Amino acid sequence: MIRYIIRRLLWGVLLLIVVAALMFLFFRILPTGNPALLRAGRDPQPKLVKEIEVVLGLNKSLPVQFWDYMKEVFLHFKFGYSYYSQEEVRSLIAERLPATLSLTLGAAVLWIVGGLGVGVISALRRHTLADRFAMGGALLAISAPEFWLGLVLLFLFASDIGKLKILPGAGSYVGLTSDPWKWFTSLIMPWIVLASGAAAVFARLMRSSLSEAMKEDHIRTARAKGLPERSVVRQGVRSAINPIVTLFGLEAGALLGGAILVEYVFDIPGIGELNYKAIQQSDFPVTQGTVLLASMFIILANILVDVAYAYLDPRVRYS
Amino acid sequence: MSAGGEPPLLRVEDLRVEFPTEDGVVHAVDGITYQVLPGRTLGIVGESGSGKTVSSLTTLGLTRRQGARVWGRILFEGQDLVTLPEDRLRAIRGNDIAMIFQDPLSSLHPLYRVGAQLIEAVRAHRDVSKSRARERAIELLGLVGIPDPARRVDEYPHEFSGGMRQRAMIAMALANEPKLLIADEPTTALDVTVQAQILALMERLQRELGMAIVIITHDLGVVAEMADDIAVMYAGRIVETAPAARLFAAPEHPYTWGLLKSIPRLDGERAEDLVPIPGTPPSLIARPPGCHFHPRCPYAQPDHARIDPALEPVPDEPSQHVACLLQADVRRRLWRQLQAGDTPEQALSAAGLPGAPV
Repeated sequence: MIRYIIRRLLWGVLLLIVVAALMFLFFRILPTGNPALLRAGRDPQPKLVKEIEVVLGLNKSLPVQFWDYMKEVFLHFKFGYSYYSQEEVRSLIAERLPATLSLTLGAAVLWIVGGLGVGVISALRRHTLADRFAMGGALLAISAPEFWLGLVLLFLFASDIGKLKILPGAGSYVGLTSDPWKWFTSLIMPWIVLASGAAAVFARLMRSSLSEAMKEDHIRTARAKGLPERSVVRQGVRSAINPIVTLFGLEAGALLGGAILVEYVFDIPGIGELNYKAIQQSDFPVTQGTVLLASMFIILANILVDVAYAYLDPRVRYS
Repeated sequence: MSAGGEPPLLRVEDLRVEFPTEDGVVHAVDGITYQVLPGRTLGIVGESGSGKTVSSLTTLGLTRRQGARVWGRILFEGQDLVTLPEDRLRAIRGNDIAMIFQDPLSSLHPLYRVGAQLIEAVRAHRDVSKSRARERAIELLGLVGIPDPARRVDEYPHEFSGGMRQRAMIAMALANEPKLLIADEPTTALDVTVQAQILALMERLQRELGMAIVIITHDLGVVAEMADDIAVMYAGRIVETAPAARLFAAPEHPYTWGLLKSIPRLDGERAEDLVPIPGTPPSLIARPPGCHFHPRCPYAQPDHARIDPALEPVPDEPSQHVACLLQADVRRRLWRQLQAGDTPEQALSAAGLPGAPV
């Protein structure tokens, strides 16, 4: 098992190198404008542009630039400096990481607990009013894009523009350490928006997975043993959870993608927003840094899923 | 079904079970009556879809969740299990009445250790500590002949062989020393050599623990081995019931004949041809009128499609009951001809009945 994890981690590093290389290529091939020109101000002297190109290393040949870049990223964990603000990308990311972690981890909790909870209840009360209501709501949540759902919630509940002014609106985010209560209330709507799609997928999946699991022969055995219904359901959930765990890795990626939109709509100063602005400004080092960070999270989530799978299903053993 | 003075452990009276479905009402069990005496074995024989499994699941109330409509009485030690509230029935399940199923792999939870599944069976009805229940689990695995039980108790079902899994299922069923064990096709999913081992194990445990057994099977060989009494089911009804020896020596129902003629025998004087029962079991939604077996019966007469036969005692043999519209003497002549190696057609003409089946 340890060997398996190490091998997967090494593959993960290789994958990150490939992602970094692709990013580098895209930004050199796509017409993004000369970063040196962008930084030189209005009507710059060609001499100044040349000097800036030297500072940014743009005068070197592409392979050399690539080598320098990869060396910095993978040996020193440095992503370079923003073309715009000259700030170090690493510190830009570090500054904004808490907000994104608050948003995504909170949403993940809501997603898993809410999705699985609704799915279990729906599966056990199939074809009742509660089930139909939950599944109808899930369909709506799957169909609604984050930016639309976010705006609708702001329109309904935000304290500034909402019809019912009950929750802090866009731009109200504060750090957890400065004001925990405000941190919590300002994140309620973003959490809901970010979690709703994945939670709905999980709820529908859990419903069908558990309905199937409850028809298994071993559930009949559990009842024939005289186990209380709670224990019987627990055994059903235990088998129903396995196929869903696989999906966790995929949905984790979707969650990070959604975070970009949600941070933008709710004006949360996080990685997603940083990335969004960097893309608009062709700020290559920042984009590269944020994308690599996101890739790393997705790769780690998938390794975690595979390891969890071996733990959850004794019939699966990696070698 | 001897009429001894001992009160029966389980008495099923006129049990009917129906399932409403979109296609119509499934008449899974249609008025069956049988009883099991303490320490004795009843074999229920029939093809798949004859209602034998549904009747035993209903005994434990396990068809309630499937929306079954149940009539009649299932008396176990004086309590009617049909009307018993769920929580009191749960106290009987796995405790006084235990059940084992056809496919031991799918009947065990694949994600829990065998020991854990035994422990929860013990602790469902006994207020004992986990470690005490674990000792009991190891003891039970030893009892059913699993070697090195202290180690195997921590293994998962997929690490057991098919026979071992069924032994583990039996161990689980015995956890609380039930008075009645219902075994639903316990050997069907197993290799032939393993089948014999499992049957021998059940017989040994029955002797040691003194429990009654209801064994449900499509395999007459299995009931020949195990059962004291046999009930033959067809399309939700019992069509013949008799002590085992009597049923094999002098079966009365054409369906029973068909079952007997469709199993290979090694002790026959010559290579007898196997005679399959023609046709397929009827749909339990739209059953044939009259005798439900008449479309497949080589000896059916025109009025058999109209008249519904009742389960009645055979003349001179009160322990044997049969639901057949043929005259008793005609039936006996037919069976003699069949035993002599006649085909059903030859037997028909020898018995002097009109040839063409209905």
